[in-house]
Amino acid sequence: MDTRFRVETPEGIELALSVAGLVPRGLAFLVDASIRSVIYTATALAFFLWLGDAATGPTLLVVFATEWFYPVAFEVLWGGRTPGKAGLGLRVVHLDGTPIRLPASLLRNLLIAADFLPMAYGFGIVSMLCDRNCRRLGDLAAGSLVIHTHHQGLPDQVEVDAAPVPPPIALDADEERAVIAFVERAPSLTAARADELASLATPLGGTRKDLEGIAAHLLGREGSSR
Amino acid sequence: MKQEAFAREREERWRAFETALLGLEASEPATADFAGAYRAICQDLALARERGFGTGLVGRLEGFALRGHQQLYGARPQKGLRWLEGLLAFPAALRREWKLLAATALLFYGTGAASYVAVRIDPDVVYSVVGAEGANNIEQMYDPEASHMGTPRGTSGDLAAFGHYISNNVSIGFRCFASGILFGLGSIFLVGFNGVLLGGVAGHIVNVGYGETFWPFVIGHGAFELNAIVVCGMCGLRIGLAVTVPGRRKRGDALRTAARGVLPLLYGGTAMLVIAAVIEAFWSSNHDVWPTPLLYAVGAGLWIFVLASLLFAGRRRAS
Repeated sequence: MDTRFRVETPEGIELALSVAGLVPRGLAFLVDASIRSVIYTATALAFFLWLGDAATGPTLLVVFATEWFYPVAFEVLWGGRTPGKAGLGLRVVHLDGTPIRLPASLLRNLLIAADFLPMAYGFGIVSMLCDRNCRRLGDLAAGSLVIHTHHQGLPDQVEVDAAPVPPPIALDADEERAVIAFVERAPSLTAARADELASLATPLGGTRKDLEGIAAHLLGREGSSR
Repeated sequence: MKQEAFAREREERWRAFETALLGLEASEPATADFAGAYRAICQDLALARERGFGTGLVGRLEGFALRGHQQLYGARPQKGLRWLEGLLAFPAALRREWKLLAATALLFYGTGAASYVAVRIDPDVVYSVVGAEGANNIEQMYDPEASHMGTPRGTSGDLAAFGHYISNNVSIGFRCFASGILFGLGSIFLVGFNGVLLGGVAGHIVNVGYGETFWPFVIGHGAFELNAIVVCGMCGLRIGLAVTVPGRRKRGDALRTAARGVLPLLYGGTAMLVIAAVIEAFWSSNHDVWPTPLLYAVGAGLWIFVLASLLFAGRRRAS
């Protein structure tokens, strides 16, 4: 199971976008909804204090504009983020990975009226659960995706102190990757689990220390030979 | 080359690229040969993946590549107003869709006329359409003695009426479009529902004898408002048709293309609803100021203008 959406760029490389799921998007929606309700209350109050009974018209206009165009304005002017999405590290992009622009943003946010149906965003939620890229109806029509912007926080320097040891048997690229990935992730595992995983690699020695030595060799540490 | 030597050799260039990225992301002008630096990053990423380097390193390069891609191919500050171009393409887009437009108009005006006739024949039908309380509200709204005809109770002044019309009518237009994605059913329902509602209300008002003030009031903004509902409903039907009958394309592709295609129509429909709200709030509602013949004359003029625009505009760009 992979929730990534792959885009091939003109440079011939593949970008993997991490598609955001229902829960972070729902939370972002709740944040935006609270901000909107603050906007409604504040404008109603400000107009009332300023204009008295004549406040109805301007207030209705602001409520209308906020209701429909709050997400459009933020997404277009702020690289695909609304405050809620920014808070959860999300961003709306086109299917080719570029930041969303006016036409697509307008479409996806007008169509939220259909996602809302029959009640409480029922169709939108069903659509997000059925689509492998977690798109609501508005996203399907606009050609947009909501993705995570932050990366998994693995350091790009692999922490390993072991003396480099050449692997006892020839490894292919996937196997090399697996050994390095194990050493990268081992610090975040419990010692018992790390040992258990290492014991699966019997041909390579089967202990964590063996794998660290091989990883150091694969990374090209001093003392190893090509 | 092993991972660590690879990274050591390129570290300086990567740092420089990250600085350039941060600058671009803060909307500073691009550094010289950003595109070249980006291509080099893409090459590093391809190599790192091919050689099975660690997830951390590949992840960092992926981050650079994605951010570079977004900067290079993504949004530039927009030159000119593209939506204005969209609005200017409105008449031509309407012409291309004349069949669907005619069908939607038939649905809207057909249900409206049927509902009007039904209420005229049997006045009690109105209670099935809007309910007893609704009928009562309508009577009060269109009472010639009312201080501000055509607005719900509790709103006063032209600006309040304007806010009310904008938020109500434009939202209805948007919903008529959006609900069309449900295989067109939502648009059919909403357009028909609004037809029945407006026809029934008109019939009821004539029944209670307020017709002489009602028609001059609605004729002016009706030209824009009613036809804008037809346009928005048609947009909904267009995307509904794309989902239902995608032809030789994938459903998703057909939907995306259709949605892009109706944007000029949506801009136009929204503009018509805004114009309608302006007319309704600042012209129609002052019906007690202007003589009735003038209201009819202006209303007829507006209808001729809108219908003529729908029928004749955009022929040059339609091809």
